[in-house]
Amino acid sequence: MYQDDIGKRSEKVKNVVERGAVKKFAEAIGDLNPIYWDEETGKRSRYGRNIAPPTFPRVFDYGVIEGLKLPPKGLIHGEQRFRYERPLFVGEELYCYAEVKDYYEKQSSMGQLGFLIIANNGEDTNGNLLFTSTSTIIINEAVRKAMSV
Amino acid sequence: MTTIREWQVGQSLPEVTLSPVSRLDLIKYAGASGDYNPIHTIDEEAKKAGLPGIIAHGMWTMGNLAKLFTPYYEEGFVQDYFVRFQSMVFLNDIITLKATVKEKDDKTIRFAVAAVNQHGKEVVKGEAVFSLYE
Repeated sequence: MYQDDIGKRSEKVKNVVERGAVKKFAEAIGDLNPIYWDEETGKRSRYGRNIAPPTFPRVFDYGVIEGLKLPPKGLIHGEQRFRYERPLFVGEELYCYAEVKDYYEKQSSMGQLGFLIIANNGEDTNGNLLFTSTSTIIINEAVRKAMSV
Repeated sequence: MTTIREWQVGQSLPEVTLSPVSRLDLIKYAGASGDYNPIHTIDEEAKKAGLPGIIAHGMWTMGNLAKLFTPYYEEGFVQDYFVRFQSMVFLNDIITLKATVKEKDDKTIRFAVAAVNQHGKEVVKGEAVFSLYE
């Protein structure tokens, strides 16, 4: 049911890697290493500044993919991948957007499962891709049926 | 401090065992990540969804697992990090984080990574590629 959405993308949204948000996120994953929040440690590091944890892109705004209707409940996060050109720097500006990469269905013991692949991308201010966060979302038959009503 | 380059194929980074998963852990993650799906924080909503109780965000476990690499940022960075969410994490579960070197060359170290619960079950399983600086 999502085949027609493949290739659709959101408009790019400006995001900032906010200092307070990075510290709060690092704390929430129990990773309060000073490289993420202590300015002196950041300055002395090879990066010359603080960086963000690899799963931090969860917090960014990727905009809205026009026409993509996801069920409000019952989605299962099956797989997740983060790919980086380099770590993200605290304070830098990014342009983020989402894209429907793929959709397919597979027969399983739990019925016909749908697999929706969404890529969340982040670019620097020059348009260079810095990271891609790819999620595989599993949508079961019952949830899909509830949607088409 | 040991450097990540010294680790050989088959060796593992020091394991980390987390405190039992608490509701506050998940409330904090919801706030920090912006993922307010109530099956992670509110019992009735989890039950309505057919779950025995609230479950951790998969991304909470994945985020925790990445900290095994945090001490080594002067040597390189996590270039590629993939996991499959294999099993649910419930309140009071005790999660242990693991990373073992699978392959290694001059530029990258490939790790098998996993988060394992108190019953020895892999709840999160995947791979991380650590890219080394020159």
